[in-house]
Amino acid sequence: MRHIISLLMENEAGALSRVAGLFSARGYNIESLAVAPTEDPTLSRMTIVTSGSDAVIEQINKQLNKLIDVAAVMDLSEGEHLERELMLVKVGSEGAAREELKRKMAVFNGRVIDESDRTCTIELTDTCAKLDSFLQAIGSDLILETVRSGASGIGRGERILKL
Amino acid sequence: MELTGAEIAIRCLQEEGVEYIFGYPGGAVLHIYDALFQQDKVKHILVRHEQAAVHAADGYARSSEKVGVALVTSGPGITNAVTGIATAYMDSIPLVVISGQVPSYAIGEDAFQEVDAVGITRPCVKHNFLIKDVKDIAPTIKKAFYLAKSGRPGPVLVDIPKDISNHKAEFIYPGSVNIRSYNPAGKGDSAQIKSAVQLLMEAKRPMIYSGGGVVLSGASAQLTELVRLLGFPCTNTLMGLGAYPANDKQFVGMPGMHGTYEACMAMQHCDVLLAVGARFDDRVVGNVEHFAQVPRKIIHIDIDPSSIAKRVKVDVPVVGDLKLVLDQLLSELRSSKQKPDASGMAAWWKQVDEWRVKGGGLRYKNSTEIIKPQFVIEKLYEITGGDAFVTSDVGQHQMWAAQYYKFNKPRRWINSGGLGTMGFGLPAAMGVQLINPGATVACVTGEGSIQMNIQELSTCKQFHLPIKVVSLNNRYLGMVRQWQEFFHGNRYSESYMDALPDFVKLAEAYGHIGIRIDKPSDVEPALKEAFARKNDLVFMDFQTDPTENVFPMVPGGKGLSEVILSEDL
Repeated sequence: MRHIISLLMENEAGALSRVAGLFSARGYNIESLAVAPTEDPTLSRMTIVTSGSDAVIEQINKQLNKLIDVAAVMDLSEGEHLERELMLVKVGSEGAAREELKRKMAVFNGRVIDESDRTCTIELTDTCAKLDSFLQAIGSDLILETVRSGASGIGRGERILKL
Repeated sequence: MELTGAEIAIRCLQEEGVEYIFGYPGGAVLHIYDALFQQDKVKHILVRHEQAAVHAADGYARSSEKVGVALVTSGPGITNAVTGIATAYMDSIPLVVISGQVPSYAIGEDAFQEVDAVGITRPCVKHNFLIKDVKDIAPTIKKAFYLAKSGRPGPVLVDIPKDISNHKAEFIYPGSVNIRSYNPAGKGDSAQIKSAVQLLMEAKRPMIYSGGGVVLSGASAQLTELVRLLGFPCTNTLMGLGAYPANDKQFVGMPGMHGTYEACMAMQHCDVLLAVGARFDDRVVGNVEHFAQVPRKIIHIDIDPSSIAKRVKVDVPVVGDLKLVLDQLLSELRSSKQKPDASGMAAWWKQVDEWRVKGGGLRYKNSTEIIKPQFVIEKLYEITGGDAFVTSDVGQHQMWAAQYYKFNKPRRWINSGGLGTMGFGLPAAMGVQLINPGATVACVTGEGSIQMNIQELSTCKQFHLPIKVVSLNNRYLGMVRQWQEFFHGNRYSESYMDALPDFVKLAEAYGHIGIRIDKPSDVEPALKEAFARKNDLVFMDFQTDPTENVFPMVPGGKGLSEVILSEDL
């Protein structure tokens, strides 16, 4: 099953490679990984999307907690949460095709951030599943480039991950 | 007064009360060696290979309750040390390894003897640090010692670039450490302990399975008290030998691949299993699906939550320091006033004793013609009064030592259990002998393993370490040969040790005494003679039966009750 795990870690050189190394050394999946410093510059927040059996997910949580640099871990998918991913997609389109692309984009609440004669770059922020649907809707033939940030997640309401 | 980074590093070791460090100099640690030279509190043991430095620090830590310290240079210094670090990591041994690094301005330029020490050791350390500022040396070394010995212990690496070891700063050693992201467990959850007691009292076929964690936590006395209070059978894993006295009637021997029949059967057929500081290793429970076929409740006490429910499902997990948790468990048992079900226990012990009879104990066919390796260990046990520190290498001799030397005290059996590192025994014995001067230290080895770090005979000479090397020389990599016999159609691919050196001459060349023993009748006199030489290292080269196999055996991938007792059964 797909899980989205959030963690707070010391913002130190090598911290990211400890997490990445843990996943590869123990054979866990990483679907995506997004990381950046928080409002407290000494801490980084990471969102990892992974999948595995309940036993594997339990081990992933425990192994992450065991890393000395990791201060807090929360499996967001165990409760109410929100997730968003940013995607930039460059599509080859001209004339009527571009109008059609923009119509589809509007349905997905995207916006155009760059246009040239033959290309149109769209920015879209939504759940990973919604981004997948958009790509499906426009069809892979026209897509020139796709860049995705990986999911970022946060708990709903009072569900807070903080030190 | 300002000190150099190198001086600060040595002052830190002094502050930590470090008496011995094991190391090998090189370019990147020249400043540190210079600082070492100018003081005499921290004594340096010059090994002949960096792997041995770490194993020696490891043996030092395993046989005491101290943190072992090793010092190596950059590049090949640290890569040679990696095997030692991984060995300590697998067995949760507290070490601080200090490595030199190329100057900070040269990092990343493929400088001479540069290797990414932090990167290369990351998967096999509890934590590691690359120092970037001389001011960080003291707080980092303080943290390194704290991390190494607290919680689930493990090796910690501190990598110090050469220029930083020559920069200057005020020396201030922190009095305490606070790492906000690291909070090792203390006491266990009292509700979980109550549930554990409930399960133990309801058990009809209970079993206590204790591992290396009991030794590391110093909880041997608590474990012994608990086992006696409950009256349950107890097994110690390879890493836990000595935590519960092997001579006690409630001890059923070691479990697992080369464990006793009764320990394997009791593990498999118990209805409540109390696991204490053990991790359900594949060599202990065999095939986990087979193990799960018998329904049983499992209580698992461990300081590391990730050890719990890793390989088997656990009903009552208790996270905490074993010493504290066992104290809690003991007081809960006493206040609950409940007693284990007497008739159920009588029936269970009857069953366990039947297995003891059926298993026939640890046994082998002795011979008057050829030396049986088990016989050597039995005699070693007798002659040392069961009170020696015994280090071992890895293979058949390790299993025979574990089986036939009855360890009644913790920290007496020093072996590489998790990683299975050949070449561990001799350097580990050096560390053991240094921290236990005057004690009897035996290194049980084979002609294969001993050659992996035989150069340390030179270190032993330099530092007057009167280790007794008990080499069971069967001219084969015995455990490999055994598996080839059983599972590879007797095709002994590369397991015969041809062109062996004359170990007697070799020992003599290093300035020691060597004895070659060919006949069973000479085993006892040779051991007596060797152990009577309190001040000498004696290398005993026992010519043992090359066809002897280790039994009982649970073949890889099989279940515990599928144990093979011996060839003639």
